[in-house]
Amino acid sequence: MTCRQIVELMTDYLEGVLSQMDRDRFEQHLAGCDGCQAYLAQLRMTRNVVGRLASEPIPEATQRDLMEAFRGWKSHQA
Amino acid sequence: MGEQKSDSDLAALRDGDEEAFQSLIQRYHAPMLRLAMAYVRDRGVAEDVVQESWLTCLRRLGEFEGRSSLKTWIFGIVINTSRARRRKEARILPFTAFWRRDDSDSDRPTVDPSRFGADGMWRSGPAIWENVPESKVLSDETMQRVKSAIDGLPSKQREVIVLRDVAGLDALEVSALLGISAANERVRLHRARSAVRKMLEEYLK
Repeated sequence: MTCRQIVELMTDYLEGVLSQMDRDRFEQHLAGCDGCQAYLAQLRMTRNVVGRLASEPIPEATQRDLMEAFRGWKSHQA
Repeated sequence: MGEQKSDSDLAALRDGDEEAFQSLIQRYHAPMLRLAMAYVRDRGVAEDVVQESWLTCLRRLGEFEGRSSLKTWIFGIVINTSRARRRKEARILPFTAFWRRDDSDSDRPTVDPSRFGADGMWRSGPAIWENVPESKVLSDETMQRVKSAIDGLPSKQREVIVLRDVAGLDALEVSALLGISAANERVRLHRARSAVRKMLEEYLK
């Protein structure tokens, strides 16, 4: 397999859906290819950096409004 | 692990435990907002959609049957609320406002073909990002650029990358929520991550 083909299989590889045969060929290529190793590391890092968006701060006013809504909901439950 | 956490969340919520609700907000609000923004164009509208989604979750909590995790259920409500809002907006705004080129399901190369030689091997290999100072990788500016890169993706890719990589749902949950095949989910994830990677490569070099 060429690097050009390998890069398009990287998500399937990370998702663990390659067939055993493709996986073996993929890993064989990777073992001997600095470029593809670097690319795979970049994709993993991309995933991690995107994941950091989950911890974006929430405006206090929003939190206050939501907690108030929760209390309102709770008092209707009772 | 996630399931069990959800279950204890659920019991606490039904008991009216404020801390449990606060903790859900801390964990899910930001991903919910990112997700809503994949459907509606404007951040203000997205904030409104998320607020409405939380209220819907509370209102329907009694009906939740645990057929999915609580988390998946909540994100499903965000999708439905966002889509309803988008339909409403589409009636007001000209249709073209929502038209964009969409390569979400294509198998066109995700890496510029000129990066490879005639033999299909790297002409110039990708940089080693481990060598980039962490302060730059995790800077506010990087995060702003990541947000813009995601905002620039077609909706079909945005919803997948947000659900997978920001919300942290797994592949099965996401394909079920979006009603797409596992293969489609992967293609969209691949295209989305590749696009964000490409932007980062430009920025970090």
